[in-house]
Amino acid sequence: MADPSTVEHLTLGLTIERLEDKALEMRKRLLRLANRTSLHIGGDLSMTDLMTVIFEYLMRVDPERPEWPDRDRFVLSKGHGAGALYISMANRGFFDVEEIYDTYGALGSRFGMHPCRNHLPGVEASTGSLGHGLSIATGMALAARLDGRTNRVVTLIGDGELNEGSVWEAVMAAAHFRLGSIVAFVDKNDMCMDGPQDEVMRVNPVDEKFAAFGWHVVNVDGHDMASLVGVVDGLPPSTTDRPTVIVAQTIKGRGVGFMENTTKWHSGQIDEATLQQCYEELDAQFVANRSAAR
Amino acid sequence: MSALDVDIDAAIDGSAGSANAREVYGAALVALAGKHPEVVALTADLMLSHALKGFKDTHPERFFNVGIAEANMMSVASGLALSGKIPFATTFAAFASMRAHEQVRTDIAYPNLPVKIVGTMGGLSGGVAGPTHSGIEDIGTMRMMPGMTVIAPSDPSHLSQFVEQAYAIPGPVYIRLGRGNDPIIYPERYVVEIGRAVTVVEGSDVTIISTGTMLRGALVAAQRLAGTGISARVIDMHTIKPLDAEAVRRAASETGLIVTVEDHLITNGLGSAVAECIADAGIACRLARLGIPDLFSVIGPPGELYHEHGFDDAGICNTVTSILER
Repeated sequence: MADPSTVEHLTLGLTIERLEDKALEMRKRLLRLANRTSLHIGGDLSMTDLMTVIFEYLMRVDPERPEWPDRDRFVLSKGHGAGALYISMANRGFFDVEEIYDTYGALGSRFGMHPCRNHLPGVEASTGSLGHGLSIATGMALAARLDGRTNRVVTLIGDGELNEGSVWEAVMAAAHFRLGSIVAFVDKNDMCMDGPQDEVMRVNPVDEKFAAFGWHVVNVDGHDMASLVGVVDGLPPSTTDRPTVIVAQTIKGRGVGFMENTTKWHSGQIDEATLQQCYEELDAQFVANRSAAR
Repeated sequence: MSALDVDIDAAIDGSAGSANAREVYGAALVALAGKHPEVVALTADLMLSHALKGFKDTHPERFFNVGIAEANMMSVASGLALSGKIPFATTFAAFASMRAHEQVRTDIAYPNLPVKIVGTMGGLSGGVAGPTHSGIEDIGTMRMMPGMTVIAPSDPSHLSQFVEQAYAIPGPVYIRLGRGNDPIIYPERYVVEIGRAVTVVEGSDVTIISTGTMLRGALVAAQRLAGTGISARVIDMHTIKPLDAEAVRRAASETGLIVTVEDHLITNGLGSAVAECIADAGIACRLARLGIPDLFSVIGPPGELYHEHGFDDAGICNTVTSILER
C-alpha cells in the first residue's frame, strides 16, 4: 500500500465541505450512542469539529499498522471524550463503527467511558484521569526526537482540565525541551461539570497563559471548519522549537439547542424520539449553513 | 554458619566495607545505557543527589531533568516507554510513591510499561530530613499495583545486578534505596535474582525475614541469639513482589515463628505480605512484624530511630526471646 505519510493529503482530497459532512456524521453517531448509553455528550459535541479536523485532515495514521513508528500520535487528554475518539477511529477504519454500538460497556468490551490502549489498538494512551495527556505527549515527543522521527504528537485537552496542576508542569516541560512536534488543542467550551469554568475555577485567559510559558499560540473558532483547516495548514513544521497550542473556542453541546451551554448535558442519555428531533435539528442547521456558504 | 559463602563477621563488624547505593545506581545506569540505546534516565531535580551527573555527561541526549515535578516525570516516562524507550525515573521514595502515585498507577502500571522507578530515602533512612521526606509507605503503595515488581536491595554492591535484571523485566519495577552508606554483605561474586529470597543463615527455631538494608541488623540478631542457644534462620527478602512464597512457607512450617523486619510502616509492607502468604497457605505460624508502628516518626539519626521503634538488632533479639520464652 502507499506510504501513508504522503497518501493522506494527496489522494484523499478532503475538502472543507467533506470535513463538515464528516462532522455532521460524527454528531449524529454520538447522539445515537447517547441513545444507547449515558455519554459525555456535551463535551463530545464541543470537540466534534476539532476531532474531525484532527483525524480526517491532520493526522498521519494507518489503521492497518497501528504501531507504525512514524505515525502521528494522538493522546486524548480529556478521556471522557472517548465517544468522539471511538467514532473518529472508526471513521479512519480502525474498526467497524457498529462494534461501538453493539458492545459499548458490555463485559470485556473494547469501548467504555474512557479509552483504553490495552484493549483497543490505535488508542495511544489510556486516559480519563485528567491532567496526564500532555505529560505523556511530552514523553512521546522526546522519544520521537531521540529516534529522529518527525511525526507530530497531538493532544486534546479540556479547558476544565487546565485546573489540574500537572498540566502546567507539562506545559513548562514541553516548552523547556523545545518540543515543536507537540500540537495541543484546547477544547475551550468554558464549562466544566459544576458550572461555567470561570465561576468554578477561572482559567482564562488560556492563550496568554500558554504564551507566558513560551508556547506558539493560535486562537480559533472551534466550530468553523475553514478556520480549523487554515490553522492546520499554517502549523509550523514538527521540527520547530516551540510547541503549539490551538485554543479553540467551542460550545458545550454544540449543534443541539437544548444541550448547548449547559451543565445539564455534561453527560446524559436521550430517548429515541429525542434522537430523531436532534437529527432533524442538525440536518436543518447543516442545510442552512451550507446554502449560506455557497 | 552461613548457608552461603557469606562472611557474617565481616558483614557485621564492617570490615566487608560499605557503599552508597545512590552512587552504585548512578554508575550502574551509565553502564546499562552503554549497552542498551533505549535506556533513558529521568530525574526531578535530583541529578546531583542521585549521582546521575555521570549519566548526563555520558548520554546527554538520553537524560531528562524535568525539574521539581514528579507527577509530570512519571507521565513523561510513560510517553517515552510508549515509544519504545526503557526509562529509569529517579526521585525520593516518598514522592515517587505518594505524590506521583496516580501517575504511576494509571500511566505506568495499568498499561504495564517497562518504566523502572527508583526511590531513595526509603523508610527512615533520611533521618534528619524528617517525616515529610521519609518514604514509609512506598512498599505498600507500590505492591498494591497489579504487575509492579517491588525490590529493596539489602546490599548496595549488588544494586547493579538488580538494575540489569529490572531492565530485562517487560513491566514496571520499583527499586527502593536508602540514603547513606550501607554495609556490604555478600561476596562480590554472589549472583542475586529478582523474586528469589536468599537464606543467608540457616536456623530452626525462628526465621528472621528482612528486606532492604535491615539485613545487617538481622544478622547481628541471629548471631546474638545463637549465643543464647536460639537457632535463627535469616532470609533476605530483597523482592517484596513477587514474594518468594515458597521460602516463606518453608520458614513457617520448619521454624514455626517468623519475625519480619523492615524500615517501613508495619502495615502493607513486608510483614503484611508475609502474613498474607502464611494465611493463604493455611500454615499455623507465629508472626511478629517489626518496623515503623502506626505513627509518623520523629527527627533523628536512622540507627537511633530504628532502635526507638524496636526494629534494630536489639529489638529483633528482644522480640524473639520474649516470644520463645512465653
